[in-house]
Amino acid sequence: MNSLQRQFIQAFIEKGRWKNYLDGLGISLLLTIGALVLGVLIGVLIAVVRTQYDQNPQGRNIAMRFVNGICKIYTTVIRGTPMMVQLMIWGFVIFRSQRNLFPVAVLGLGLNSGAYVAEIIRSGIMSIDPGQMEAGRSLGLGYTQVMKSIIIPQAIKNILPALGNEMITLFKDTSLVYVLGSIKDLTRVANNIGARIYNYLVPLILAALMYLIIVMILTWLLGILERRLRRSDRT
Amino acid sequence: MTERNNNVLIDVQHLTKAFGDHVVLKDISEHIDEGEKVVIIGPSGGGKSTFLRCLNLLEIPTKGTITFDGTDITDPKTDINKVRQHMGMVFQHFNLFPNMTVRQNITWAPTKTGMMKAEEADAEATRLLARVGLLEKEDAYPSSLSGGQKQRIAIVRALAMKPRVMLFDEPTSALDPEMVGEVLEVMKELADEGMTMAVVTHEMGFAKEVGNRILFMSDGVIMEQGTPDKIFNHPQSPRLQDFLAKVLI
Repeated sequence: MNSLQRQFIQAFIEKGRWKNYLDGLGISLLLTIGALVLGVLIGVLIAVVRTQYDQNPQGRNIAMRFVNGICKIYTTVIRGTPMMVQLMIWGFVIFRSQRNLFPVAVLGLGLNSGAYVAEIIRSGIMSIDPGQMEAGRSLGLGYTQVMKSIIIPQAIKNILPALGNEMITLFKDTSLVYVLGSIKDLTRVANNIGARIYNYLVPLILAALMYLIIVMILTWLLGILERRLRRSDRT
Repeated sequence: MTERNNNVLIDVQHLTKAFGDHVVLKDISEHIDEGEKVVIIGPSGGGKSTFLRCLNLLEIPTKGTITFDGTDITDPKTDINKVRQHMGMVFQHFNLFPNMTVRQNITWAPTKTGMMKAEEADAEATRLLARVGLLEKEDAYPSSLSGGQKQRIAIVRALAMKPRVMLFDEPTSALDPEMVGEVLEVMKELADEGMTMAVVTHEMGFAKEVGNRILFMSDGVIMEQGTPDKIFNHPQSPRLQDFLAKVLI
């Protein structure tokens, strides 16, 4: 029996360790979903505020200026600082007395993702022909209603590949919660098993493979979704 | 002017519109009566489209007032959405909603504004689609339609709101020549039914046949206006004579 096979059995089969990997993967996915929901909510909000501000110079009152300024600062700071540093600030400074770090991690990842999602959605909204907004408004509907029914659905379709990329990046970035210490995500589990059996090769390769498989599944699902949304482009 | 026994539907007073330093409309005062078909012609860049787009505030006037059915719509306190629900607009580039089917394009506004219930809007869409001969396209998406079909749907979409006036912004300029006729046909029927219309167009035949009054716009002013006979057969200003010489080969 060669040594690689022995290492694999030790790192994956023995003591039901494979269950630990799967639990870790589950935590990673939960982090992704939580952060994604938060990120998209923040992203849409910021994108709408910023395009409304840019496209409507007449309606710039003090409140709009203030909110737009906040959104700008948020995207600049979030996109201009490393994600790991952000996570450490959330976990070790702002929520240092928090025992359960899972929500903190979701918050940190979600707020980070939100800044990128906002820019993606903003580019999507900007890519829609202004005639669409005019047509909607000319029928007597308000800005928000036209945004919701006409502009955003088309924008989402255009930016789906970019949003998919963002989701995949987010999923892989969940491994950064390792620095927070107590969250048993896939990276942490693989690392712990490596430490237990004095051998990191197999656990880390296994973790990498699991990330890869999930990414491939996500890519495949996105392809299906994209084709479905493109339905209206053909007959 | 000619007969003035109708009610004024849209009244424009001292309308000026500038984009930065560029003044596109210069102190225009004009009115459109109920049931009138006003056709606006003139060279490109003369302000025709801007004038039309000011009527439903797609362009915000720099100066002046616009009154629709007695309501000053340039007053910031006026709910412009409510006003626009009574003013249909048809665009050069159709601007159908590509994410909706033909039927959804038509029923969206009447239902979202609360003007009609879903069944009413559906019935109205069926009636209007049958009228323009496109009922079999109800479940199609706009991308599968020809330009002429798209524009007829766009007209129907505006009509579904039961507007008091229809604004047409070069409705046939983006069409292939063989599709111009089918769109003009629908517009003529609409005119025959008594719809109040303001039409910016380069179709001189349509202007002659359908227009009650022709406005010739150039350099941001209404340079000359009158009946089709007066404008086309007895043009006064050299600019209009020059323009007609170019378009009526």
